[in-house]
Amino acid sequence: MDILSKIKQADLVGRGGACFSVAKKWEAVKNVISDKKYIICNASEGEPGIVKDGFIIEKYPERLIDGIKIAIDFLSLDSSKIKAYLYINNKYYKKYYKKLSQSIGNLPIEIFVKQSGAGYIGGEESSLLNAIEHKRIEPRLRPPFPTTSGLWGCPTLINNVETFYNVSLVNSGEYRNSRFYTIGGDCFNNGVYYLSDNFTIQEILEKTNNIPDFPFFVQVGGNASGEILNSSQLKESVGGAGSITIFSLEKYQNKKFIENLLEFFVNESCGKCTPCREGSFRLNEIIKSEKVDWQLFFDLIENLSETSFCGLGSALAAPIKSFIKNVYPQINEKY
Amino acid sequence: MKNIKIKINNKEIVCSSEQTIMQVAKKNNIDIPGLCNHSDFSVKANCRVCVVEIIGRRNLATSCSTKVEDGMEIKTDTERVNKARNLNIELIFAEHIEKCPNCIWRVNCQLLDLAKKYKIKINRFKDRKSKRKIYKFANAIEIDGSQCIDCRNCLDACSFMQNINYLQLVGKGTTQEVVPVGKDGCIYCGQCAVHCPVGAAQEQTHWEMVEKALKDKGKIVVAQFVPQISASIGEEFGLSYDKNSTSQIVSGFRQLGFNYVFDVNLGADMTIKTEAEDLLKRLIKKEKKLSMFSSCCPAWVKYVEFYRSEFISNLTKARSPHINNGGFIKTYLAEQLKIDTKKIIVVSIMPCTAKKFEITRQELKINNNFPVDYVLTTRELAWLFKKNNIEFGKLKNSLVDSLRNNDNITNVCSVNGGVMGAVLCKMQDLLCDEKKIINVLDFKDVNGLVGVKEAKIKIADKILRVAIINGIGNIKQILDKVEDYDYIEVMACPDGCVGGGGQPIPTTFEIRQKRLISLFGHVVK
Repeated sequence: MDILSKIKQADLVGRGGACFSVAKKWEAVKNVISDKKYIICNASEGEPGIVKDGFIIEKYPERLIDGIKIAIDFLSLDSSKIKAYLYINNKYYKKYYKKLSQSIGNLPIEIFVKQSGAGYIGGEESSLLNAIEHKRIEPRLRPPFPTTSGLWGCPTLINNVETFYNVSLVNSGEYRNSRFYTIGGDCFNNGVYYLSDNFTIQEILEKTNNIPDFPFFVQVGGNASGEILNSSQLKESVGGAGSITIFSLEKYQNKKFIENLLEFFVNESCGKCTPCREGSFRLNEIIKSEKVDWQLFFDLIENLSETSFCGLGSALAAPIKSFIKNVYPQINEKY
Repeated sequence: MKNIKIKINNKEIVCSSEQTIMQVAKKNNIDIPGLCNHSDFSVKANCRVCVVEIIGRRNLATSCSTKVEDGMEIKTDTERVNKARNLNIELIFAEHIEKCPNCIWRVNCQLLDLAKKYKIKINRFKDRKSKRKIYKFANAIEIDGSQCIDCRNCLDACSFMQNINYLQLVGKGTTQEVVPVGKDGCIYCGQCAVHCPVGAAQEQTHWEMVEKALKDKGKIVVAQFVPQISASIGEEFGLSYDKNSTSQIVSGFRQLGFNYVFDVNLGADMTIKTEAEDLLKRLIKKEKKLSMFSSCCPAWVKYVEFYRSEFISNLTKARSPHINNGGFIKTYLAEQLKIDTKKIIVVSIMPCTAKKFEITRQELKINNNFPVDYVLTTRELAWLFKKNNIEFGKLKNSLVDSLRNNDNITNVCSVNGGVMGAVLCKMQDLLCDEKKIINVLDFKDVNGLVGVKEAKIKIADKILRVAIINGIGNIKQILDKVEDYDYIEVMACPDGCVGGGGQPIPTTFEIRQKRLISLFGHVVK
C-alpha cells in the first residue's frame, strides 16, 4: 500500500491544532504541476502551554525526519525539484540542533530558525512563509492556499512536527491512534503523555493521576486560544494542539484572568487588520476600566471572531467567552 | 472566464467569475464601503469595512478579496453586516486624530463620509495616537502618524508603485507605524498622499500663505497654472470632464482675488527651446553626455540626484515651464508694469507635490528672488474654491492674461509626446530649413514595463532613439541600458502629471485615462 493510502486509512489529521485532513493536504500539493515544491515542518510551537513538539524532537528526532523524508519522496523523486525546511523556534534549535543535524544527514532539509520577535503569529502557516522569505511576519490573503501557492509562490506542504511523526509511524505500521498531550498548570504530574486520541479530558486526567483535589477549571488546546471548561464539563475529547492546563478556581476565578489573556493577544497582534489590532487593544482598555462596558466588550469580541483577517484574531473569542460562560458567569454583575 | 449568476440583496446579477464581490457590486450600483482597497494596488483586506454576509458561510467575508462564485447569495445590509462594519469604522475612526477644520481632505474625506453616512459613534474610545510624530519631507510632503488609519496604501504607493521604498512599516500591533527610512530619500512625488484615504500622508499646504498674500493689499498676487489641473479639478465638484474648464478656473482665480492669471505656455516655450538646444549640443557638437534626460519633473530630478547621482550631468539644464514663467513675470513683466519685484507673489497651481520642493532650489533664483513663491496642488485649489463658496461649474468664462504681445508666435506644434515631442519639433526647426511638423511620434511599449514607451525618429540625417517613462517604478530597467537612448523623458507619476501626487482623490487607473482623454481628446498611446 502506498503512503497516501496508508494515511487515508489511518485517517490522520494535522496536529498543529486545525485537525485538517493530512491526506487531502498531501494530495493537493501532489496534484499541482510545478518545477519546484516545498515542504515545511512547523516546529515553532508558539502556543503557550504546549511543549509536545519539543518533546518529540527530543525523544524521536529520527522519526520526525523520517516523516519529512517520506513526504519528500512522495512529492518528487527528483531531489532538485524539492526542498524541505524545518522551521523551528530558537529555544528548540539551541537544545536539539545536534540531534536534528545528525538525523537529517544528507537529506534536502534545511533548518530555519524562527526569528526572535516573530511571536505567536510567526507560527501561523502563511505567516511562516513570510518569515522564511524574510518578509514582514503576518498572515497572507487566502486563497491562494499554500498547497497551490506557498513559499515563493510554489506549492508547499506545511505540517506540524507531530503530524510528520505520525506519518512515520503510519508508514511502518506502528500508528495506534494515539496523540501527545501536554498537561500543565496547577497539577502534580505535569508533562507530555502519549495516549489514545479518543480519551476524554476526564480519562486523561485520571490516567495521568492529575485530578485535582481542589476546585478547578481547565483550558484545553492551548493556553492562549484554547477553550475553557469547568470541572463538570470534562466528558469531551481534547481539541486543538492537545493540551490540558489545570487552573485552581480560587486563584484564577477573577477578572485578572481575562486581562492576562487580552494582554497576550494585544502583544501578539501583528497589526494587519482592524478588528484584531484595534479590537484587542480596546478590549484591554475596557476590561481595565473602572466601569466595564460589557455590551461593547462582547460586541468587540463578536466582531473579532466575525471579521478578523486570520485565526489569531478569531482565536481570542473562544477562551474569553468560554471563561465567562463556564467559569465566571457572575462577572457581569460584579464589575 | 465564464459568466455566472449571483444574487446581491436578492437582486439577480450575471457577471464574470473573475471578479470580486466588490467589483460586481460597484458595477451594479450597490454601495459597499471600504477604506484600504485601491484599484492601483493588489488587495490587502486590512480594514475589514467591506464585510458582507454570504449565505451558507460561517464568517462574514471581505468583499474586496472574495471572488464571486456561481449561485452565491450575498447580503450587504443585514444587521450582522451593519454591526460589524460600523464597529470597524468606529475602531478606525478612533485611530485617527481629527484635524478637520484645516484639513484639505475634509471636503473629500472617505472616513468622515463613512462616519456620517453610518452614524458612527465617535466618542466611545479615546484617541490613542496623539503622541505620534509628524514626518516632514522637505517642504513638500508630510506623514502625520496621528491621522494614520493603518490602511498601508502609502506603503504600496512608495514601494510597489514607485519602487522608492522610502516608507516602511515598523513595530507590530498598535505600535505599528509608517516611518521614513533615513533622513533623506523621498522624491516628493506625492503618490503616498494621493492614495491616502484620510490625509495622513499629504502635501505640506501652501494655501494658508496664499490666502494671507491675497488679503495683503501691498502684494500683487499672480496665479499661473498648467493644463493638467483643468483636466481634473471638475472631479472635485462632481462635474463631467469638460475641456473648457480652463476658462472657469481663470474666473475662479479672479474671484479668489488673484491680480493676474497666466498659463505657463510662454515658460514652456522657453523650456522647449533651451532643451532642444541642449540636445543639439549633446548630439551634434558632442559637448555633453548622452543620453539627455528631461528635467521638468522635479521628483525625477530629485531621484537622479539622490539615488543615481552618476547621471546628474545627463539631466538637461533647461528649467521647468513654471519656473521660467515665474522668472519672466518677476523680471520682464515687473518692469513693464513698473512693480517692485518684491511685491509680486507668484503662485503656481500644479497637479504635483514635488513642485513645492522645486521652487525652493537656490540655483533657480533670479536677482536673488525665487521665481515662484508658492505651489498649490489641484486639491488645495479645490479646497480654496470650496472654502470661499466658489461654485465651480457655475462660473463665468474668463480668459488668461497675456504675457506677450502676440501670443501665437511659438506654440510649437501639438504633439503627443508632451515636452519631448515639442523639443523634437524644435530640433527639427533648428536643424532644417523646411518647416516640417512632426505630428505623431510612433511610440511602442517596451516589453513588460508599464508606462515605458520608446521610438526612433529621424531629424535631418540623425536617427534619434528616444524613450518616455511615465511612472518611476520601472526606471531602473531603463537606466540599466541608458546607452540605448539619446533622449529620455521621465515623469515620476503613473500616466504622467494627470496622475500627479497633487491631483484629486480618488486617482485611479481609470480616472487617469479619463483625464488624459479630457486633456488630449483621445487616449495617448
